Amino acid sequence: MSKPRKAVALISGGLDSLLAAKLMLEQGIHVEGINFYTGFCVEGHTHAIRKKDKAKPKRNNALWSAEQLGIKLHILDIIEEYKDVVINPKHGYGANMNPCLDCKIFMISKAKQWMEENGFDFIITGEVVGQRPMSQRKDLLPVVVRESGIDDLLLRPLCAKNLAPTLPEREGWVDREKLLDFSGRNRKPQMALAKQFGFDDYATPAGGCCFLTDESYSKKLVDLWQARNKKEYELDDIMLLKVGRHIRPAPHYKLIVSREDGENKFLNGYRKQFSTIEIKSHNGPLTLVDGELSDDDFKQAARIAARFSQGRDADSVNVLITPLDGEAYSLDIAPMPASEIKQEWYV
Amino acid sequence: MSEYTLDARNSLCPMPVIKTQNKVNELEAGDILTVTCTDPGALNDIPAWCRINGHEVVETCEHGSEVIIRIRVGDA
Repeated sequence: MSKPRKAVALISGGLDSLLAAKLMLEQGIHVEGINFYTGFCVEGHTHAIRKKDKAKPKRNNALWSAEQLGIKLHILDIIEEYKDVVINPKHGYGANMNPCLDCKIFMISKAKQWMEENGFDFIITGEVVGQRPMSQRKDLLPVVVRESGIDDLLLRPLCAKNLAPTLPEREGWVDREKLLDFSGRNRKPQMALAKQFGFDDYATPAGGCCFLTDESYSKKLVDLWQARNKKEYELDDIMLLKVGRHIRPAPHYKLIVSREDGENKFLNGYRKQFSTIEIKSHNGPLTLVDGELSDDDFKQAARIAARFSQGRDADSVNVLITPLDGEAYSLDIAPMPASEIKQEWYV
Repeated sequence: MSEYTLDARNSLCPMPVIKTQNKVNELEAGDILTVTCTDPGALNDIPAWCRINGHEVVETCEHGSEVIIRIRVGDA
């Protein structure tokens, strides 16, 4: 009896990786999933910080996919190593700050390392030729293979028939005839296959699964780097870019103003890392202040924060200012009129 | 069998799951791990992770803004 072959599937939580893994299971391959957490992943829970999104189911789509497939899932924290991909992408950025090709190369190389350490035979992905403009272009797929070092141990079951046979196909570990020939951006073949396998309620993330493809998010990241005069970040930095209004009234400081109660609670967890402004006389947002501020700066910041409180039309609003390394103090200020808040302050 | 605790508060999904996974990987079958989280999504995700990886959720409960999940480590 031949040795049972083992494939490690890159599970993003989307439909394509779910189908690719299912095709392998159908061929009797032992499949386990890995999922990478970069810190930039678009997760239901991040959205769920905001109250208006609370009706959405709070689930991790990669875990959901693994459960549908009946396979183990290993979630790998690659936050630290991934920084170099974001900060110094050899192949550059896409439309925003998304280093998609470098990201794919990095993830395949990490999957290769995991495969070797855990005694697996090959890697599968849900990639489809021509589906994405940067990382899944036919002329760039060989770049991923070459620079990740995976050679011909990377099988793409959804589009394998459009590509040269890989080692698992040549050796007969998998039957190439049962693999598919999907290509391009048309999603109908995947949806039909999902129906055939009985998958419904699968994730269909609008705008992709990475915040770096988002224009607004990317602008905030660039602003962060410009303000610090260096390209670097910590996990808290990139988490906070997902939350609140970001307002930079001056180059040396930025306000993060919560938009509703869920964000208030989330930002509350950062009190020990930032100066804060709280509206005391009215209902209003918690504001984190990033930077070193003078007394006049704090006064201006408080007037802006008050603008987003229910006291926005009052003559005076009472605020509590708590500098990061100083004593909290109370202040009565006039909320800044909307006309004085410059559009270019919004990051 | 030993009892262990894990503080996964103030981290958002999937970090509570990753922290749980990494801790469980250090434990023996039958050990009990109590995880405390503040992301309510952990109430779904940690049990889901346990189901697919062969571990048993003994109990889940909520205390104020905290979610507490007790896990018996499986032998998978």
